[in-house]
Amino acid sequence: MRLMAAAALAALLFADGAVAAERPRCGVPDYLLFGESPLKRVSSVVETQKRLRIAVVGTGSSALAGPDGPPSAYPSRLEAVLGQRISPVVVKVVTLLRTRLTAEDLAKGMDKLLSDEKPNLVIWQTGTIDAIRRIDPDAFKSALEDGVERLHRGGADVILMNMQYSPRTETMITVSPYADAMRVVAQHFDIPLFDRLGIMRHWSETGAFDLYAAGRDNVLAHRVHDCIGRAIAALVIHAGKLPAVPAPQAGQ
Amino acid sequence: MHSPVVTSTGRDLRLDLFRGIALWLIFLDHIPSNVVSWITIRNYGFSDATEIFIFISGYTAAFVYGRAMRERGFVVAGARILKRAWQIYVAHIFLFAIYLAEISYVATSFENPLYAEEMNILDFLKQPDQTIVQALLLKFKPANMDVLPLYIVLLIVFPPVLWLLQRAPTVALGVSAAIYVLAWWLNINLAAYPEGVWYFNPFAWQLLFVFGAWCAMGGAERLGPALRSPFTTGLALAYIVFAIIIAFTWYIPGFNRLIHLPIWFEDLIYPIDKTNLDVLRFAHFLALAAVTVRFIPRTWPALNSWVLYPAIICGQHSLEIFCLGIFLAFAGHFAMVEVSAAIWMQILISALGIIIMTGTAALIMWYKTVEGRGAPATTRPKTANADLAGGEA
Repeated sequence: MRLMAAAALAALLFADGAVAAERPRCGVPDYLLFGESPLKRVSSVVETQKRLRIAVVGTGSSALAGPDGPPSAYPSRLEAVLGQRISPVVVKVVTLLRTRLTAEDLAKGMDKLLSDEKPNLVIWQTGTIDAIRRIDPDAFKSALEDGVERLHRGGADVILMNMQYSPRTETMITVSPYADAMRVVAQHFDIPLFDRLGIMRHWSETGAFDLYAAGRDNVLAHRVHDCIGRAIAALVIHAGKLPAVPAPQAGQ
Repeated sequence: MHSPVVTSTGRDLRLDLFRGIALWLIFLDHIPSNVVSWITIRNYGFSDATEIFIFISGYTAAFVYGRAMRERGFVVAGARILKRAWQIYVAHIFLFAIYLAEISYVATSFENPLYAEEMNILDFLKQPDQTIVQALLLKFKPANMDVLPLYIVLLIVFPPVLWLLQRAPTVALGVSAAIYVLAWWLNINLAAYPEGVWYFNPFAWQLLFVFGAWCAMGGAERLGPALRSPFTTGLALAYIVFAIIIAFTWYIPGFNRLIHLPIWFEDLIYPIDKTNLDVLRFAHFLALAAVTVRFIPRTWPALNSWVLYPAIICGQHSLEIFCLGIFLAFAGHFAMVEVSAAIWMQILISALGIIIMTGTAALIMWYKTVEGRGAPATTRPKTANADLAGGEA
């Protein structure tokens, strides 16, 4: 009995996730991905017009560098996966990415985005630059509120997307006040939050990905973005209550 | 090696104990993605170890320098307080040098394309002239290095505060509370570099420091009857339970569906603002303190037992052990990144860190004894030593 307990403890302690890493599974538990906030404009536009225009607004972590970067980054993956799953609805994803912009900078550009692109849904990825520059979390929160209000006035649904989980820089970038502010704003406006931080942390803990890796590993980056694209597609389907086919297995 | 630590100076070992524990918890909390940090109090309520550290630091500062001010006057006590602030400043700059070394290493070795954006944290290495000067001015503060600058600012303004506390303690506490309210109302904080404000707003956090000092200047006795009343204890316990329930909605999946908080209530309490010492945090600290003094008397026999001895000696050398803890958290995270981040490694690093902190505290104590600074109070002249009278200030 004691031996069994010791073995169980050892298994727990040494569960490094090396076994799981061999299979590129990037499932996300429902509690991390799905909330109760609806995407009403998405629901109605899909039902009446059979098309969906999505704009991804954000900074560097929504893009990948290199010639094969753009088609591998999560906005393109989202377009492909969501298009497949809710076919025949036509899904178009445009991106408005500018490196090194804070939430306040991004919020200012929302009106122009609305008139230029006329999106039904805006995925607003932000927080990293604010955390790096240690912007006042109150100012960050006000900027988020300002941006979400502009988008709602312009007739678009909004999903907020927080930072990446980056274990190597964790002692250098304090993300939690900004992640908290994003959760509060999402709750206040009753809009979905795509908790990229929590989801990537989950992948790291379950061994789906080795996010501690330091090397120039494009395969890892592409796989992570593919999984993020799939997860957002699932969130849009869930929150928009869209009729969809089941998700294909990731990594195929 | 263990000797009784109680002296005739009237030192309250509970302060050393809880400051020592706070230092351990701060160390554990500063190692990111550390499974052991689940035991720390921040996961079970609103406040965390920082509140304990700042409160006890205020208490001991008033205890030590208050006596110096009574015996030697304002100028001598004021000079000692500023000397202490200078020591803390030097310690902070030392930690900053270690941080620079760590981040420079990261800059040369980290190329993961997934994290190109996070690499912007290295931007400041491109303008070392600006960055280092701003760090010396305490305006540029890397993550996890915010507590000491707060402590420095609090000590620099402490001489007049202590003077007022000795003459009119209630007025001093009232002024402190008024500054706290004004800081909230008018959004006052010190500016940081390259932008933003101080992570620990000194205008808000001074309330906890001054409240600690006020307790040391007789406030604790005045609060005594209220603290002993079952009503206070019941209220404090109820608030602690409330905080635990709220905290569980953050961490336990599904719990927030079980306990569905109304939107108006969430709007009311969130965000729980650490920068400006949210009222919920302050109240949570008060509740913890009230319950602690109610159930752990000053004469608690365990305070002289070997079990609590490691925490007590860490609390008695708080500046050195605090800095060591910050360094060990950096080093521990580094080991996790470079060697392994497995759970056994997290437990090993956490345990090793606490052992090193305790060993260092014992070494410092031994060193002070051989240098003659830690001699028993009865044989020493009346120069109230910060190290003996309730630990360091």
